[in-house]
Amino acid sequence: MLQTFAILLVFQSVGEVFSFALKLPVPGPVIGMILLFCWLVLDNRLLSVIQGTASDLLRHLSLLFVPAGVGIMVHASRIEGEWMPIVIALVLSTWLAIAATALVTQFLIGKSAREDEPRKASATQEEQP
Amino acid sequence: MTPRLNEIWVYLAATPLLGLTATLVAYVFAYRIYERARFSPLANPVMIAVALLVTALTVTGTPYKTYFDGAQFVHFLLGPATVALAVPLYLQLPKLRKHALPLLGGLLVGSLVAAVSAVTIAWALGATRETVLSLAPKSVTIPIAMGVAEKIGGLPSLTAVLVMATGIIGAVSATTLLNLLRIRDYSVRGFATGVAAHGIGTARAFQVSEEAGAFAALGMGMNGVVTAILVPMLATWVPH
Repeated sequence: MLQTFAILLVFQSVGEVFSFALKLPVPGPVIGMILLFCWLVLDNRLLSVIQGTASDLLRHLSLLFVPAGVGIMVHASRIEGEWMPIVIALVLSTWLAIAATALVTQFLIGKSAREDEPRKASATQEEQP
Repeated sequence: MTPRLNEIWVYLAATPLLGLTATLVAYVFAYRIYERARFSPLANPVMIAVALLVTALTVTGTPYKTYFDGAQFVHFLLGPATVALAVPLYLQLPKLRKHALPLLGGLLVGSLVAAVSAVTIAWALGATRETVLSLAPKSVTIPIAMGVAEKIGGLPSLTAVLVMATGIIGAVSATTLLNLLRIRDYSVRGFATGVAAHGIGTARAFQVSEEAGAFAALGMGMNGVVTAILVPMLATWVPH
């Protein structure tokens, strides 16, 4: 557990350094995540070391949102004053995002399947002249 | 007796112990309710824990800053937890490779639609600039969304609230919406829910099907990266 925390914090720190030094728009922990992902792709021996603690940490991920969520009390008056644009923007954009992602992904999967089929059909024809 | 109690309260309220303890107790209690409600998305444990804590802080007249002095130890763990998201993402690698291009296409369109539509609608309806900027990263998991909001001049704690609301809206309505659109493939259904409604959507997808859940986790992780890169670029276009 301590080992995994040390590894995660090292990746986070390196991510913060990259983000700060190169003035990247991406937050440090996200760069740390990308670096750890690349590391795992190149060398997955690290996976068995960190998998247990990493999944324990992610299992309680929703607890970690609570302190930030309580911040709503600081913004109560803002939300009260702007509740209509906020609610309409949240509901419509969430529906639009689900629909757009699903329709585009479905269309592209169908398209690559349709492109594969004629190729397979012609391949079998060539094998049996 | 009463002055004594007051003294104890003043002493405790000044240490980080109280904020930290209250956070954990409220969460454990909220999670019990969530279990009792058979994991209904409407009984979201974060929402309940936040409601309990806001009530307690308001009743005792404790300012958010005093609470956060203790709760920051929990908050700090969001950083390493974000790094740890690389692990489930890596475990989806074979699926990621198989449908890489269609997923990438859907992801880019979905990620853009989520941010651009939220910003445009809120701006058109007269929301203030800070609110509009805080809405931009609302479709991704909280640690990433808060980091992005901070970078682009939004209010991270407002973003956290908006992210949670987005997740709950997505988790409650995804099934009906995807049925209406006649999307039958569970991998596509899950992926769209993860892209639009992050972890709360992913939790919901796992309850529907294992395959939907795996692709939702993938969508959540990928949109985290894409939003962290795209939104700061797009944010420069939001008028002052």
